[in-house]
Amino acid sequence: MDLIRLKNVEKKYKNGVTAIYDLSLAIEKGAFVFVIGGSGSGKSTLIKMLYREEKPTKGQVIVGGLDVAKLKNKKVYKLRRKLGIVFQDYRLLPKMTVYENVAFALECIGEKKDAIRTKVLKALEDVGLKNKVHEYPDNLSGGEQQRVAIARAIVNDPKLLLCDEPTGNLDPEKSMEIMKVLEDINKLRGTTIIMATHDKEIVNKMKKQVITLKDGHLVKYKQKGTYVE
Amino acid sequence: MKAFRMLGRSIRDAVKSVIRNFSLSLASISCITITLIIVAVAIIASLNVQNFTKEIERDMTIVVFLDNDVTEEEIKEIETKIKRIENVEHYTFYSKTDVKKQMQQESEVFKTVLENWEDSESPLKDTFQVKVKEIEIISKTAKTIEKIDKVSVVRYGEGMVDKMVKAFSAVEKITYGVVAALILVTVFLIVNTIKLTISARRKEIEIMRLVGASNITIKMPFIIEGMILGLFGSIVPIIMVIYGYFAFYRNFDGYLYSRLIQLIQPEPFVYQTSLMVIAIGIVVGMIGSASAVRRYLKV
Ligand SMILES: Nc1ncnc2c1ncn2[C@@H]1O[C@H](COP(=O)(O)OP(=O)(O)O)[C@@H](O)[C@H]1O
Ligand SMILES: [Mg+2]
Repeated sequence: MDLIRLKNVEKKYKNGVTAIYDLSLAIEKGAFVFVIGGSGSGKSTLIKMLYREEKPTKGQVIVGGLDVAKLKNKKVYKLRRKLGIVFQDYRLLPKMTVYENVAFALECIGEKKDAIRTKVLKALEDVGLKNKVHEYPDNLSGGEQQRVAIARAIVNDPKLLLCDEPTGNLDPEKSMEIMKVLEDINKLRGTTIIMATHDKEIVNKMKKQVITLKDGHLVKYKQKGTYVE
Repeated sequence: MKAFRMLGRSIRDAVKSVIRNFSLSLASISCITITLIIVAVAIIASLNVQNFTKEIERDMTIVVFLDNDVTEEEIKEIETKIKRIENVEHYTFYSKTDVKKQMQQESEVFKTVLENWEDSESPLKDTFQVKVKEIEIISKTAKTIEKIDKVSVVRYGEGMVDKMVKAFSAVEKITYGVVAALILVTVFLIVNTIKLTISARRKEIEIMRLVGASNITIKMPFIIEGMILGLFGSIVPIIMVIYGYFAFYRNFDGYLYSRLIQLIQPEPFVYQTSLMVIAIGIVVGMIGSASAVRRYLKV
């Protein structure tokens, strides 16, 4: 079954730049998909449309049965609760500990305290940070910070995890650690993962599905793909 | 349950940020305090004025003096004419002798002076005392009565009440103006306080949106912050209302200048006024924070 379906999607920004042209594709539940392409090819725009940060100017974007373009601003939170998002720059709150950062995501949606505790500890265990629960983000390495961000994204056990260049700030070794974490989440939790990246090595090593974008056009959608320019 | 949990979180966040932005919060609170003190004084004054103008009005009577040479029959005639006037609620006739007795009761001096006067040469007159239904048109009613034959003079508490009510209403209008201006300044200050909180928490708000917090969850802490500012701002005014009015009432023995101008009993009046003051404080705080949220928190 498809979790995501795009039909003739176009995204034209207000300044006249068209970031995505006539994009149609489907992503099934449980898939691990890379979105690759050079800088400015529209990777982030595609990801943003999936969590309704941007609306398509044409076409249809369906995520988990929700028609994203038709979603009213007030209802966007319903979509956001079904997915987790990870960015290149981690976006942790510096005044909160690791535990509090992850718990924050659940507090915001009114989860009970006991349930928060169990879920947060489980998520931190899944990303391998159970021993850093009370640290502050500033005392962690970049790789560790990104793992906290991943824990926060998966703590509510979403169907979909969106990652926009999650390894962009990390060296190759740390990057592979992150990829290992993501692969485990995909396998063990069955979470569908869509990851935008321009890191060849990662894509080639992982042997996952690959969507290639070039200047806003879909070039290729391949199972077990590799990075092609 | 969930709503309570979220509310608890909002209140906690709000209190935290009041403390964090202490100086600006304090400015807002002081401004609310000053505003509410003036509002409280205005409320107390205007309710008291309303109270005693009502008292005075209830006592207001048209006194109709009849000519000296009026006959029994003419008195009957005048009576029917008065009875027929729409606005007359109730009247009583006092003959010269009744008036004399009344006056003699009132004072020893009158008693001896009046004793020596025969009814025929008495300067006193037969009178009707008339109570009206609607006090607003008392002067019109008085004029109608004046036109009746053999009626010499008609008196009621003209002037005094009119002047008093006019003076009070002028003061009231000025007070409303001052209060409106103060509320505006207060709202402006609150808007800025909340704006600061919002910008201090941009990152947090952004993450809240990403993880799926509903709009109301995001906005609530800021709105509550405004309400808390209003609540804190009403503490001093309420203390002043309660202690101040009790002291004022005791100092004047419950009336001003004459027994006619009765003050409202402090209990439960001060508590009702306090509730009003708190409500106004909270509402003003909420208006400020709600407009800040609308302007600076695009969700
Ligand atoms: N908010 C925006 N407003 C206007 N143009 C934008 C905006 N975001 C991205 N773009 C433009 O859209 C194109 C695709 O950008 P983006 O999706 O960020 O690409 P990528 O993530 O692959 O580098 C670029 O030409 C970029 O300049
Ligand atoms: Mg990008």
